[in-house]
Amino acid sequence: MVSFSPSEEQAMIKETIASFATDQIEPLARECDEAGEVKEELIKTGWELEIIPSSLPEEYGGFGESPSAVTGCIAFEELAHGDLSTAMHVLSATTPAYALFLYGTDEQKKQHLPAFCGEEFKAAATAIVEPRYFFDASSLSTTATRDGEEYVIKGEKCFVPLAPESEHILVFATTNPGAGFASVDAFLVPKDAENLVIGEREKNMGMKALATYEVSLNDVRVPLSSKIGEEAGIDYLKLLSRSRLALASLALGMMRKAAENSRDYAKERIAFGEPIGSRQTIAFMIAEMFIEVDATRMLIWEAAWKCDRGEEFAKDAALAKNYAAQKCMKICDGAVQVMGGHGYVRENMPELWFRNASAFSSLEGIVMV
Amino acid sequence: MIDFELSPKMRATQKMLRIFAENAMRPVARQYDEQEHEKPLELIKMVHGFMKGGIGGPAPAGDKKEEGDKKKKKSEVNFATAVTVEEIFWGDAGVALAFPGEGLGGAAIHATGTPEQKERFLSRFKGDEPVWGAMAITEPEAGSDSANIKTTAVRDGDEWILNGEKIFVTSGKSALEDSKGLVVVWATVDPKAGRAGIKPFVVEHGTPGMQITKVEDKLGIRCSDTVSISFMDCRIPADNILGSPEITDLSKKTTSGFKGVMKTFDATRPMVSAMAIGVGRAALDFLKETLAKEGLEVRYEISPNRMTSIERDIAELEANLKAARLLTWRAVWMLDNGERNSLEASMAKAKAGLVVTQVTQKCVELLGPLGYSRKLLLEKWMRDAKINDIFEGTGQIQMLITARNVLGFGRDKLK
Repeated sequence: MVSFSPSEEQAMIKETIASFATDQIEPLARECDEAGEVKEELIKTGWELEIIPSSLPEEYGGFGESPSAVTGCIAFEELAHGDLSTAMHVLSATTPAYALFLYGTDEQKKQHLPAFCGEEFKAAATAIVEPRYFFDASSLSTTATRDGEEYVIKGEKCFVPLAPESEHILVFATTNPGAGFASVDAFLVPKDAENLVIGEREKNMGMKALATYEVSLNDVRVPLSSKIGEEAGIDYLKLLSRSRLALASLALGMMRKAAENSRDYAKERIAFGEPIGSRQTIAFMIAEMFIEVDATRMLIWEAAWKCDRGEEFAKDAALAKNYAAQKCMKICDGAVQVMGGHGYVRENMPELWFRNASAFSSLEGIVMV
Repeated sequence: MIDFELSPKMRATQKMLRIFAENAMRPVARQYDEQEHEKPLELIKMVHGFMKGGIGGPAPAGDKKEEGDKKKKKSEVNFATAVTVEEIFWGDAGVALAFPGEGLGGAAIHATGTPEQKERFLSRFKGDEPVWGAMAITEPEAGSDSANIKTTAVRDGDEWILNGEKIFVTSGKSALEDSKGLVVVWATVDPKAGRAGIKPFVVEHGTPGMQITKVEDKLGIRCSDTVSISFMDCRIPADNILGSPEITDLSKKTTSGFKGVMKTFDATRPMVSAMAIGVGRAALDFLKETLAKEGLEVRYEISPNRMTSIERDIAELEANLKAARLLTWRAVWMLDNGERNSLEASMAKAKAGLVVTQVTQKCVELLGPLGYSRKLLLEKWMRDAKINDIFEGTGQIQMLITARNVLGFGRDKLK
């Protein structure tokens, strides 16, 4: 029977994360952006939310069963409502952890998963995005070629978060170029592997507090056992789709914040003797923002619900992610516009959201529910 | 628990309605578009047979309380109606609007009537003959500004005397001339009392002093009649006023007066959204089937940067339509759970009304001269779709309601 009520557990998770986001993340968001790094204390507290351990079973050090996409989406929205860079940093290990859990061999899981459930923050980078025009996750340029007992990986990656501090980097590469989603596998490559070069820290328009890097793989040789799932491999489209839900939820959290900011400002700012929200031209912008925030959440929830039931959800996840990316940009643009000049200066938040929002159209894979 | 699964019963109904829509409605859709003001009588009899009481008669949240059900009981009545409405409007909007049943008049009675009145006025819809219900609110000088109603109701002994003119009454002719139906008329009992003085009155077919003065020719939904009704010293029994005759104290939480109009809209607006979605889905299904025959499959999962323009258009239309449906479902789910849903109902209608005009217009555009030709139904769907952004409150009114709710501004602060 159709219902739009989160479970009690989900409501509790939402509340816990929301208060962390509001009380601790949000007040530091600007400072993090200007300093170019996420504050140590936020990483620590964020890790203590135990998002990954709550999604993994006991045998790997967790206390849950398996990652729930719906619960993840609810949690991720709240984190990004505080700050996007901080959310991305705290959640950066989700892709390697969940890819391992969902498709890894028993040995791979036993070897790697407990570290994701420890008390200390674990950096674990994902290399999927590539620095080329019209990047499309369905046709990766990075290749993995089998050579005897090894794979040889070759390609350029970018937007790899926290690469230097990660022990391993999860590299997505195609074993059969041109063969689409089915040809893509994931390899757990040691950061100090020979011929793997981590470039300078990237300078991006937004998400400036999140440290991201270019990574070059110039015929990096890894053993067969570094391929997630070994013979069986991964269901790349499914992983990508779970990641799209994660990204969509982060976009949603941030755009919700931008919408709320616009609403509050429009109520207080007086022009021509009345609040600017008393004029339909502003009021309707704000109404549209709130309608689209809810619309986006509905699309995300439905796709995540399908995911949790084991149904096909790749199309729904793609629709939700693209919708979220578009609406996030539109709403954050509106948030600057509502404040006019005040939205354009770095003293206020909208310009930061505006810069962050544009990332969603090209990002893939680096976080996952 | 967040859940999007329709109950097995609802899925079965949906499936059955889909077959009906495809086999009984689609084949006559063009005919009753071209023969405006005629009704598909055979089809109407058949529909009346299996759906006595009709569609489009949603039961607002208030009903359950009166049944003495203190514990919030989960109902699926409105949800089932929304699912039904989407399917038959997928079949044809004009024909579906001509289907008999309680209609908007029923919705108003559910929202504002006493149990005795519900029994007295609604039982006729379950009889052997098809009967229509209608609602008259709009006036020549009061459309969206429905608080500015000029039609008066004056008490005279055991009767109310109505005077005034109503326009754009959906199914008014069906209700008053073609069947033994009724119309719920909103009139003021005290023009000085403003919104609080506006009350709903039931006027039954054949009442002297009431006359249909015009049947509109329209852009779309031509199978459905839209009429003007004139009231000239029209006398109705005193107990035909729905709810309480007292001028409501706005500080009290009652549903009479203008609040009754709003409560009616809370139930009917999501249904109009469901109508919109049905029409939009018809157009999008047709577009996708046509393109599939040409060998074009939409690659939803690749980056939008590498999609063709047509793939990108379709993916966007589909996402928008889906978003509109989910917002609509949320609004009716709240209604079924006895939650106040005015904001959500307006959000759903604002989105659905806009989306369906965009979807149908884009589908016509993409299919080129064939989309524009009356050989296909697409151009009809585009004309039919437009009404969804107008009736039961235009898109602009929905935005205004949404904005007032979100900003916490009353009518004085946000005009």
